[in-house]
Amino acid sequence: MSESLPAIFLTVQLALVTTLILFVIGTPLAWWLATTRTRFKPIAEAVTTLPLVLPPTVIGFYLLILFNPGSAIGGLWVRLTGDTLAFSFSGLVIASVIYSLPFMVQPLQTAFERVGRGPLDAAASLGASPLDAFISVVMPLSLRGFITAGVLSFIHTVGEFGVVLMVGGNIPGRTRVVSIALYDHVETLDYAAAHALALGLVAVALSVLVAVFLINRRYPVHAG
Amino acid sequence: MARSLLLRLAVALLAALTAALGGQARADIVWVAVASNFDEPMLALGEAFSANTGHTLLVANGSTGRLYAQIVNGAAVDIFLAADTVRPARLVEDGLAVADSVQTYAIGRLALMEPGDATAGTPSPLQRLQSGDYRRLALANPDLAPYGTAARQVLAHLDLQTASASRQVFGENIGQTYAFVATGNADLGFVALSQIRHPGSAPAGRHDLVPADWHDPIRQDAVLLERGRDNEGARAFMDFLASPEARDIIAAHGYEAPE
Repeated sequence: MSESLPAIFLTVQLALVTTLILFVIGTPLAWWLATTRTRFKPIAEAVTTLPLVLPPTVIGFYLLILFNPGSAIGGLWVRLTGDTLAFSFSGLVIASVIYSLPFMVQPLQTAFERVGRGPLDAAASLGASPLDAFISVVMPLSLRGFITAGVLSFIHTVGEFGVVLMVGGNIPGRTRVVSIALYDHVETLDYAAAHALALGLVAVALSVLVAVFLINRRYPVHAG
Repeated sequence: MARSLLLRLAVALLAALTAALGGQARADIVWVAVASNFDEPMLALGEAFSANTGHTLLVANGSTGRLYAQIVNGAAVDIFLAADTVRPARLVEDGLAVADSVQTYAIGRLALMEPGDATAGTPSPLQRLQSGDYRRLALANPDLAPYGTAARQVLAHLDLQTASASRQVFGENIGQTYAFVATGNADLGFVALSQIRHPGSAPAGRHDLVPADWHDPIRQDAVLLERGRDNEGARAFMDFLASPEARDIIAAHGYEAPE
């Protein structure tokens, strides 16, 4: 089990960083999707949901093309950091953010839609700035949405396999996450190690999810 | 993918029909499980075999490990073309395959590849490997893939294992390793010659053939499964695999045919 520790540590780190970034990107995006009246909304929603549709290894393959040091983005990254995006932790974070985006945006958008513009307008009429009103009115009312979105993004990143497999390069301590270590154990017929890791993964996910549902039940937050 | 599968099924059915209508003495249907790396030559072999004998081959492909697991769990397969020697031997041990049927049908060759087109006068991939002039070296995971094991043996042979260790990246299989190099993310990588060499088209990227005596032979074994023991078509295909015609096809796809 101790040999699995670097992989476990790396996985938790990746899931945490990914979830934090997704909160920053996903919150304004979900708010915009929930409130916009543009006729392009269905297209924007579809694009946000797309990572659910494409097979992970296909997403990974196109990320590899994007990360190529000869391409604009990949080349810029190499000039800035001296390292390639592929086979690096940063590359895994970018891949995970794209891959888990729907799991952040969907619950948030649903929560924001239930809150609606009403409380925001009321706060504005009392002189609150839009950002102030969003933080002190909309966000508390959408607490359950935030919890669900955060947990789903986190868990989904922990379980991610295909994308990481394509862009990671399976480097111990650097890009070798739990799901890949688990896959290797199964492929090399080391079932004892595989069972231990799989059991740990399921136990963690299950307890986190149960905790979230308990919290959601105990502190129901309803809009309006 | 789906289209080619449909096409293959149609071809197979057509072949079965013509054989039946042609009053062939007996046309068997043979289920073949083939390791993904040999999928392309298998298609060519199947066409030649069906044309010669009237038997019909139905082919399923996948990784050797997965196909092995499927066969052990009861998948209906007559012949297994594996990418290693381990799984066919194990199937014999398991009592699922005919003991004296195991034969090496192809020997893989390792190539060291770099992305993009060759520029005249620049060092070759093998020279770059030896001088350390690269950022990332891709190889297949040595624990999972025979080509990865061979790549590691080559590095040991050249005494470069320590020098390259921090720059190695691992594909889970040889296909992913090829993708690392082909997309330019790894600027050097050990791939299979069969991935580079396709009959009738110029090789992709620039590569050096790795001398065969720098690593153990990458033997790929075929085995007749108990289910196919009494299938004449299956027996005929096992014989066909060792024929000069089959060997020519195998060699054209970047493998060495065994002696």
